[in-house]
Amino acid sequence: MMNQGETVIDIKNLGFSYPYGKKVFEGLNFSLKRGEMVGLTGANGAGKTTLFHLIMGLLKPDAGEIEIFGKARREEKDFMEVRRRVGLVFQDSDDQLFCPTVEEDIAFGPLNLGKSQEEAETIVRETCERLGLEGFERKVTHRLSGGEKRLVALATVAAMNPECFLLDEPVAGLDEATTDRFLRYLKEYGETYVIITHDHEFLKNAVDKVYMLKDSKIISL
Amino acid sequence: MHLEEFAEGSSFLHGLDPRVKFVTFVPYVFTIALMHATNGPLTGLLISTLMIIFAGIGFRKLFSRLVIINTFVFVLWVFLPFSSPGQPVFSIFSLTATREGILYALSITLKANAIFLATIAILGTSGVTSLAHALVHLKIPDKLVHLFFFFYRYISVLHEEYRSLKNAMAIRSFRPGTNIHTYRTYGYLVGMLVVRSYERSQRIYKAMLCRGSNGKFHIMSHFRLKKGDLLFGLSMFVITFMIWFIDRYSLS
Repeated sequence: MMNQGETVIDIKNLGFSYPYGKKVFEGLNFSLKRGEMVGLTGANGAGKTTLFHLIMGLLKPDAGEIEIFGKARREEKDFMEVRRRVGLVFQDSDDQLFCPTVEEDIAFGPLNLGKSQEEAETIVRETCERLGLEGFERKVTHRLSGGEKRLVALATVAAMNPECFLLDEPVAGLDEATTDRFLRYLKEYGETYVIITHDHEFLKNAVDKVYMLKDSKIISL
Repeated sequence: MHLEEFAEGSSFLHGLDPRVKFVTFVPYVFTIALMHATNGPLTGLLISTLMIIFAGIGFRKLFSRLVIINTFVFVLWVFLPFSSPGQPVFSIFSLTATREGILYALSITLKANAIFLATIAILGTSGVTSLAHALVHLKIPDKLVHLFFFFYRYISVLHEEYRSLKNAMAIRSFRPGTNIHTYRTYGYLVGMLVVRSYERSQRIYKAMLCRGSNGKFHIMSHFRLKKGDLLFGLSMFVITFMIWFIDRYSLS
């Protein structure tokens, strides 16, 4: 186990352009320490989601260093470990929930991590309890409401017990009660996380620090 | 978009183990499809109709679907009677319809309807989710099950996107007509859907990678065989054999 204050994510001099030519980052620096709860804002198209995808190894940078949990990550196999320990919650829950039922979607990650069927079932039950999703286990994922989908999407990632959460617009379009449930879960079980959002009210309650991404620079607000 | 219209119900067929359904459905359908004469398919059609009645499926819901199937079949009636060699029955202009051709077209009509009704009565009465589960239990390759299930899972998402694009067109007073503007707009609509589906598929794949996917289709629920399942399975095999026997040995 790593200590408080140890660097989780350390990005230096990152450069990235999309294949169709749009330049997103040039010389970007960003670092996140264990225990930090950070909000990330910035104009649409500033590259917030792209940054998350680079951290997870879903996109490969053109230049620079990505160091996660103290190790440089370059190739696909370096990122396998990152994906086990960092949990990314996608912006659109329909992208995240692809299994027939809620319990299968939640169990998908743990089973991929090599947990047994019984362990997975326990994890599903616990995760559902923590998020107030009891009784949802057998429901069909795509018939859930927007808010329920978002909570289940968080559950699917939380079930893998990540050391750090990356949340991409987690509460956009959610009502107050659901936002509250989301927040309570994060406060109680999330130790280190980065949240992309434009919701300042939510940020005030959820994070200690707010950064703004602008022209390849991350500015503290 | 409602894709499981027939899956809601509480008949005997709705409660059957989907694994048994697949195991009996496949031989039944193949037997009917590979027949030559008309007696076998006719028996099959009667049995499929009985199953539909048994499943409590209303005729009104079926009707529009039957029309679609039989539109295709109708095209066969235009060509087949006149293009098969055999004993002449009547002729229009210089085209001669033969007895063999008419029987052939009749046989295909009976088969198509028998298979279609059986599909609705047997497979349609289970949810797609449980069908996907049954396929995994029957050791169908994970890739195929994913393909089958994802098709179902995302066709409604796609339909949703189609609807929102259509609404976007409608609120700007788009009215389809027979002109270049309409064709171009529909072209954009389809193109947009293709691009969006491609991008969504990429995002889903990424989301799966983030959770350590290795291509396995994990399942949590398990089926248990009941007496009724065995009874149904057994009767279906007997019926399938009977139909085959009728087709093989009675008059052709």
